[in-house]
Amino acid sequence: MRYYSYFPGCSAEATASPLGLAVPLVAKELDMELIELEDWNCCGSSPYGSVDKLEATCMAARNLALAEKTGFDLVTPCSNCFVILHSANIHLKELPRLREQVNEALAVANLDYNGGVRVRHLAEVLYSDITPESIRAKVRKNLHGLKVAPYYGCQLVRPDGFDDPESPHSLDELVASLGADVVSWPLKARCCGSSLVMSEPDVALELINKLLKNAQENGAQCLVTPCPLCQINLDAFQSMVNSKFKTNYNLPVLFCTQLIGVALGIKPDALGLNRNIVSPMKVLAAYL
Amino acid sequence: MADTMVKAPVEASFVDEVCSVPGGEAIRSCIQCGVCTGSCPTASRWDYPPRQVIAMVRAGLRDELLSSNSMWFCASCYTCTVRCPRDIKPTDIMHVLETIAIRDGLNTKRSRTPTMYKSFVDSARGNGRVYELGMMLKLFLRTNPFAAIKLAPMGLGLLLHRRLPLSPSRIKARGELKAILDKAKALGDAQ
Repeated sequence: MRYYSYFPGCSAEATASPLGLAVPLVAKELDMELIELEDWNCCGSSPYGSVDKLEATCMAARNLALAEKTGFDLVTPCSNCFVILHSANIHLKELPRLREQVNEALAVANLDYNGGVRVRHLAEVLYSDITPESIRAKVRKNLHGLKVAPYYGCQLVRPDGFDDPESPHSLDELVASLGADVVSWPLKARCCGSSLVMSEPDVALELINKLLKNAQENGAQCLVTPCPLCQINLDAFQSMVNSKFKTNYNLPVLFCTQLIGVALGIKPDALGLNRNIVSPMKVLAAYL
Repeated sequence: MADTMVKAPVEASFVDEVCSVPGGEAIRSCIQCGVCTGSCPTASRWDYPPRQVIAMVRAGLRDELLSSNSMWFCASCYTCTVRCPRDIKPTDIMHVLETIAIRDGLNTKRSRTPTMYKSFVDSARGNGRVYELGMMLKLFLRTNPFAAIKLAPMGLGLLLHRRLPLSPSRIKARGELKAILDKAKALGDAQ
């Protein structure tokens, strides 16, 4: 059994609730003990850092201070939480002046952070610690014949992820370990527009259209992504793309952990497959 | 020389402030190659695309830049950051420009992104976690309520698929978090 401190992130409780459901179940099957970080708060997400950087760093630091007490690596399934917590962690380790200021703020809540935490993305943990080989050994429903396009998005692999920032391969290997056919597609690590989908929908819908088009043209029956923002953009906004660009995509977009869960034989409802906006049930029918 | 000396205090403080973020100093070695602009998925929408933003910071064109829509179109994809041949981190530069624009009240009216970010921060500050539905409603009330109509079917879809809870998730230690953030604010203001 491997132990980790677990940081679900705000969206795992709401817009990414399928992720919130799937992760603990998949972890259990893979002998991972994810111990949810007690009373965690918002990571200090990108928008926060664009409004007030020091406050945002303190948001991240409270989580890091709580995680440091556990002694385990801090694992999050959210790509934005990962980038935010990871970069705050690096800055707090490397910049003594910043650490001093942040600790002065944390002190009002009797907390302090000494730089002892390793922040990790769940996808990296699955790839490096659990490994595709051992996942393969646990597959109960081989996904042979299912054409899956792994969508990395941005913040899993950039600015300093664990995989190649331009042409990553880790999710390809994880998907292949389930027996599925990996779709090779050029845009697999290009941007979906992230939260601009709310403030500047025209920009984001155009990017989402490019991604869906590219995945479909390369033969994908569905996409998988680790990132809550990517998932909601490609899944929940797919019908808006269809109306705007006169397209007729019907491409399910699953969280990686949902697809792993299917292959491990976990029940569809437990994995939140009924919460995906574009239903994956038809595409997955042969494997459920 | 005399001219630059006269203008130096204002301009230099802007350049220095941008350079003071971790890694910010690297903009001094920008060769204006344009890899950042060429890599940017949204550059066509920016008043001044990323390469020009860096040039404007160095030229001290503070108000023109900060009141533009440019940095607000950065989606934080970090493609420019991993490709820059001079190890500049344009994404981080855009974030610092956003914080300065908000602090100094120079944000543009031609992007709804600053309002969205502020709604996000209100939500995170108050609850300790982000309440997405509340944030979205606040964004549209503060900008264009009619824009919400277009998004209504999408929102309803999320609601019906149990992905948009009607009440926020709150942390227990809200008081402690508020005290931490108030202290951070005081420390930031003192700088």
